[in-house]
Amino acid sequence: MEKRISVSLYIVSILFCIFIFRLFSLQILKGNEYKKIDEHNRIRVVDILAPRGIIYDRHGRALVKNVPSFDITAIKEDVHDDSDKLLAMSRFIGLKIDVLKTRLKGSAASPFENVILKQNVSFKDVAKVEAGKADFPGLQVNVVGGREYLHGHSASHLLGYLGSLGPRQSNKPEYKGVPKGSFIGLFGIERVHDMTLRGLAGKKILEVDALGRIINVVRIQRPVKGQDIQLTIDIDLQIEAEKSLKGKAGSIVAMDPETGAILALASSPTFNPNLFVRGIETRDWKRLIRDPRKPLLNRAIQSQYAPGSTFKIITAIAALEEGIVDRNTNVYCSGSTRFGRVFKCWKKQGHGSVDLQKALVESCDVYFYEVGKKIGIDVLSDYASGYGLGNLTDIRLDGEVAGIVPTRKWKMETKGDRWYKGETLNTVIGQGYLSVTSLQVASMMAAVVNGGKLYRPYLVTGSGSRVMDDRMKKIRPLHIKLLKKALLGVVEEKKGTGLLAKSDLVSIGGKTGTTQVIGGGLNEKDTPEKFRDHAWFVAFAPVDEPKIVVSVFVEHGGHGSSAAAPVAGRIIEAFYKSDMDG
Amino acid sequence: MIDRRLVDNFDWGLLFAMIALSLIGVLTIYSATRPVLDAAQKSFYMRQLYWIALSLVAFLILVSLDYKWFISNAYIVYAIGIILLVLVLVIGRKGMGAQRWINMGLFSFQPSEFFKIIFIITLSRYLTYHKDGAGPDLSMIIKMVVLFLIIPVVLILKQPDLGTALILFFIFISMVLAAGTKRKIILTVLIISLISLPFAGKFVWSGLKEYQKQRILTFIDPQADPQGVGYHINQSKVTIGSGGFSGKGYMEGTQGPYRFLPENHTDFIFSIFAEEWGFLGSLVLFFMYFFIIWRGFDTARKARDREGCFLALGITYMFSFYFFVNVGMTLGVMPVVGAPLPLMSYGGTALLSNFLALGILENVRMRRFALYY
Repeated sequence: MEKRISVSLYIVSILFCIFIFRLFSLQILKGNEYKKIDEHNRIRVVDILAPRGIIYDRHGRALVKNVPSFDITAIKEDVHDDSDKLLAMSRFIGLKIDVLKTRLKGSAASPFENVILKQNVSFKDVAKVEAGKADFPGLQVNVVGGREYLHGHSASHLLGYLGSLGPRQSNKPEYKGVPKGSFIGLFGIERVHDMTLRGLAGKKILEVDALGRIINVVRIQRPVKGQDIQLTIDIDLQIEAEKSLKGKAGSIVAMDPETGAILALASSPTFNPNLFVRGIETRDWKRLIRDPRKPLLNRAIQSQYAPGSTFKIITAIAALEEGIVDRNTNVYCSGSTRFGRVFKCWKKQGHGSVDLQKALVESCDVYFYEVGKKIGIDVLSDYASGYGLGNLTDIRLDGEVAGIVPTRKWKMETKGDRWYKGETLNTVIGQGYLSVTSLQVASMMAAVVNGGKLYRPYLVTGSGSRVMDDRMKKIRPLHIKLLKKALLGVVEEKKGTGLLAKSDLVSIGGKTGTTQVIGGGLNEKDTPEKFRDHAWFVAFAPVDEPKIVVSVFVEHGGHGSSAAAPVAGRIIEAFYKSDMDG
Repeated sequence: MIDRRLVDNFDWGLLFAMIALSLIGVLTIYSATRPVLDAAQKSFYMRQLYWIALSLVAFLILVSLDYKWFISNAYIVYAIGIILLVLVLVIGRKGMGAQRWINMGLFSFQPSEFFKIIFIITLSRYLTYHKDGAGPDLSMIIKMVVLFLIIPVVLILKQPDLGTALILFFIFISMVLAAGTKRKIILTVLIISLISLPFAGKFVWSGLKEYQKQRILTFIDPQADPQGVGYHINQSKVTIGSGGFSGKGYMEGTQGPYRFLPENHTDFIFSIFAEEWGFLGSLVLFFMYFFIIWRGFDTARKARDREGCFLALGITYMFSFYFFVNVGMTLGVMPVVGAPLPLMSYGGTALLSNFLALGILENVRMRRFALYY
């Protein structure tokens, strides 16, 4: 008996040793692991989204507004998954049971992560869920940042739009620290200045019990509001520009020639960025994508076309500065000239005797052909790129294209052929390989009228007034005067091609341009729209001390003189009216 | 009156360990049930304190009687116990799917809690009759099985109370083994048990309630059902593990009050203690339990007669069984059978029953030299 008692004591001792070892393994060996699980049990980190910075126009008028929007979400771990409870929950929040189940099953990385059940719910629903959520553990209402674009379709290409941060972007370094499900800028100013506008999300670290009830707020890290941005654009002018383009495809750029500040940058047709705010519906997205007029395209910077006769400004500068012509040089225009082959003037019967003034005013092609016979393509290209053509303007918006200013080297590299002198004759009148954006044309005009300073066009107040290019060939003041006078003549003289831009309010100078879509001189009205020429007009005002430069481009608009010039006149008048008011 | 020599032989260490563990239990209950959102502290700890006071009185009364008295009245007490077990099935109060309580107006009690002590007394009495050195023979064992084991086990399984039935079975086997049964007999019984185990197992299994089956299955694979019973085991391991080396500190534990660990003031009280006091505190606690168990075996060894020896052994086995089953469950090395931790778990009847049992142990210990008056 004594022996068996001892055996019992041994057994008990061994069991104690086993238990102590087990305790050692749980608390010491795996202690940290269990501490983590324990924290995981009770610690919830809730992001507090930072209010996004507001975008204002140059006069301090808000263009966007933050409007809170509400999501019903659930923490999967906390939701009771028996089917009765789920059914009751689906009725409570008004979501079909199978939809609810698939959303809950969805791909949340951790069971403690919030799963969005219903987006953008009404305030009434929010109140209902808040009141009844005690019966449904895990159910929550999340406030998310919504955005309203106050002018709807206006300036949509500029402002851009928001979208939720997808899993693909969230791994990128620039989105570090941005909470999942946040709205980030995907296009336009919203994208380019996202870092500035975004602010810094805050965090709420909560301690919760097994039922998901908040026991204790461990720490609150307040969000930092995003910085506001003031744009250089004038929303009234922008709206006016968009109105002028209504029903057409085209673009208008208005710019301050003394700084490069963009006053308006319109592209037509536009889209409504409000559609994107809470995740665009597939139907709306498809409609935008399939629209043959491409409303998402920002035509002011993403489309390039031959500049047509607006390029004659560059040819004229080059000719004057290189000494090929002076103010008195006369050329006889018989309607065409020969250089290997026949080069026609747009006016069949010819302009007769033409000097530089008349050549620009009436846009005589033959005068410039004569220049083209004497000037080298690379010299001309130097002037063109000096004024910003063929280079990105660096406006810092999405997808800007550079355009093309052909050189011998360029021709050899892209076409594998040498440059033919006849091609220079096409180039001098703005046709051939040349292609530009309407922003470049505005910027070129600005550089001409401000005495030869090419500014970087900019949209955000305080980010501009940087001269872009020191390769630019200087233009002598005498020549500026000469050019301005001629361009004033385009609008003011009876035979001027830009007569329709004339205004009683202010003196306007400008140059028309027409980009041939197909050859031949068909009557404008008989041509189907898609074969009609593109119309250009680039203008500045007032002529003595220009305060605004406007470039107008109308796709398939027909002639620059009839389709684009009156629009430019109207924009300048609108600018002057508001300038006089304010 | 109580003899002075009895007082001199009184084992203060045992009583001290009991009271200390009970009070640690109250502190842990207080922390485990402390409110985190609701305003008021629940009164569990207060009720437990009353029960400790009551149990202490019962302990002292029991110590003052000579244990010989229990032995001589063993069969009468056994009969009363059986009657109570039958009664509970007839008039007992139902709760949580079982019928274990008899309502006495002011309070209700679980006859099966006290029957364990009656069972030990009865076996001690019967086992005294075999010759020392030989141990009980086969016919004795069969008689005991029929008379003292099968009847109460069947009655208790009827309630159903698997935990108590198991412990009766365990006490029976260990006491018979300790009594010195010959190896040949042990082997025979073992072989018979092994052969009959599949049949008995099948019988027992089909007699089990669904939740009991679930518990056994979950013990085999806790991960299979993380939200159900396996959830208890997993959360218990998390609770204990997160205590680390020195614990989170008293009243700093979170798993209990935040309700991640259910049953935290009853069956899983050790987990809460280990969370707050860590590995160090748990070692101290283990030492105190080991001390009581060691004192128990020591008492059995030094008892003045065979009756005392068997009583001390039976009580020590029972105490050890509860300790290992309960702590083993919280550590995830034993199935969840719903056994409370002796002295610490919330629950009046169990506390009283433990004090009574240890009272008998103290009784035997302080009378070990009585032969020399």
